[in-house]
Amino acid sequence: MNPYVERIKNGLITENPCLVLMLGMCPTLAVTTSATNGFGMGLSTMAVLVMGNFLISLLRKAIPDSVRLPAFIVVVASLVTVVELVTQAYIPDLYASLGLYIPLIVVNCIILGRAEAYASKNPPLLSIFDGIGMGLGFTAALVILGLVRELLGAGTAFGVPVLPASYPNIAIFIMAPGAFVIMALVVAVMNALRIKTRANEIVEGCDGCCAHCASRCHSEEAKES
Amino acid sequence: MNNTSLITIIITSALVNNVILSQFLGICSFLGVSRQIKTSFSLGCAVIFVMAIASAVASLLYDFVLAPLDLAYLQTIVFILVIAALVQIVEMFLKKTSPGLYQALGIYLPLITTNCAVLGVALNNVTSTYNLAQSVVNGVATAAGYTLAIVLLAGIRSQIDEEAVPGPFKGAPIVLLSAALMAIAFMGFSGIAL
Repeated sequence: MNPYVERIKNGLITENPCLVLMLGMCPTLAVTTSATNGFGMGLSTMAVLVMGNFLISLLRKAIPDSVRLPAFIVVVASLVTVVELVTQAYIPDLYASLGLYIPLIVVNCIILGRAEAYASKNPPLLSIFDGIGMGLGFTAALVILGLVRELLGAGTAFGVPVLPASYPNIAIFIMAPGAFVIMALVVAVMNALRIKTRANEIVEGCDGCCAHCASRCHSEEAKES
Repeated sequence: MNNTSLITIIITSALVNNVILSQFLGICSFLGVSRQIKTSFSLGCAVIFVMAIASAVASLLYDFVLAPLDLAYLQTIVFILVIAALVQIVEMFLKKTSPGLYQALGIYLPLITTNCAVLGVALNNVTSTYNLAQSVVNGVATAAGYTLAIVLLAGIRSQIDEEAVPGPFKGAPIVLLSAALMAIAFMGFSGIAL
């Protein structure tokens, strides 16, 4: 398969960052109160991912190995600031509803994870496609989760009423507990279909969030056992 | 300047807007390091420690450097770097001066650098225009809420281990469902009139 197409498929399906790799759980649970919010968050994250992957891939030979993580963080934080200012200026509604979670894209494990695992080892064009694939996968997952929560909780899809007025809105689904319930059901369905996800690995071991912690924790665990 | 009383900040940040169960910050470590009450309590203590220092430093930096120089838009970059550097310094300092404490908290410190809850608190303090004292109290209260939630979850998980959980729900799903029930319980705190 064409390596560029393969990157897109990898991000969307094989290694979907949200549903398979279980990265970026905080924004996933927090902003999926509606499909629109999920879509906005997905696109903002994708913008940072694509530009971050591109810049880090260009700089991969210039950044010394020992300071690569701080260097990646600076690149990502600058891009997040750009995205934050752009959303604030041109899409104020989205900025108001996502609030704190836009600057927190910096600590989204997907971005540092891709920088460390892919962009720092691969050429710029492939890294861009990796960013697009991962971004699309993240956006798709957020939109699906947001859609389910919005339908159950408010009877609407992207703000348009779709369920009959007689449907009693189960408001709990758009509140905090609903996010945990839906995520639990998603992982349970994946387990039942025997699709291997990283979910149980997270729960069994340590955080495992970014590549840095993950490698560190595995060595700590190995020492313990 | 925000005049919210310290007591109000403590109750709001620790219980009503619990950092994990209502704001979803720090979910990774909440799910990952909640197998035993003892380890989750140690992690909670490390988070309290780091959040107190990070809130103080971020608040001072914002009030005396970023705001006067009109550089507020750099807050995300500055805060994340300060937190990352701070955690490193705290780690080295503890290693040298108090090996006992380092043994107890040290392995959790690197986890906290990428913990979104710490950056979240620093940014929240700025958004709410808290002064230094309010920021530190907010940091400690948020971290106390984090500790409360993670220790409670660890307690619940030690009970779940004894139960026969239906196949597909083993592992992550049952933990997430427990978290959902905890979140419902914590929603009760939003009835507190402040």
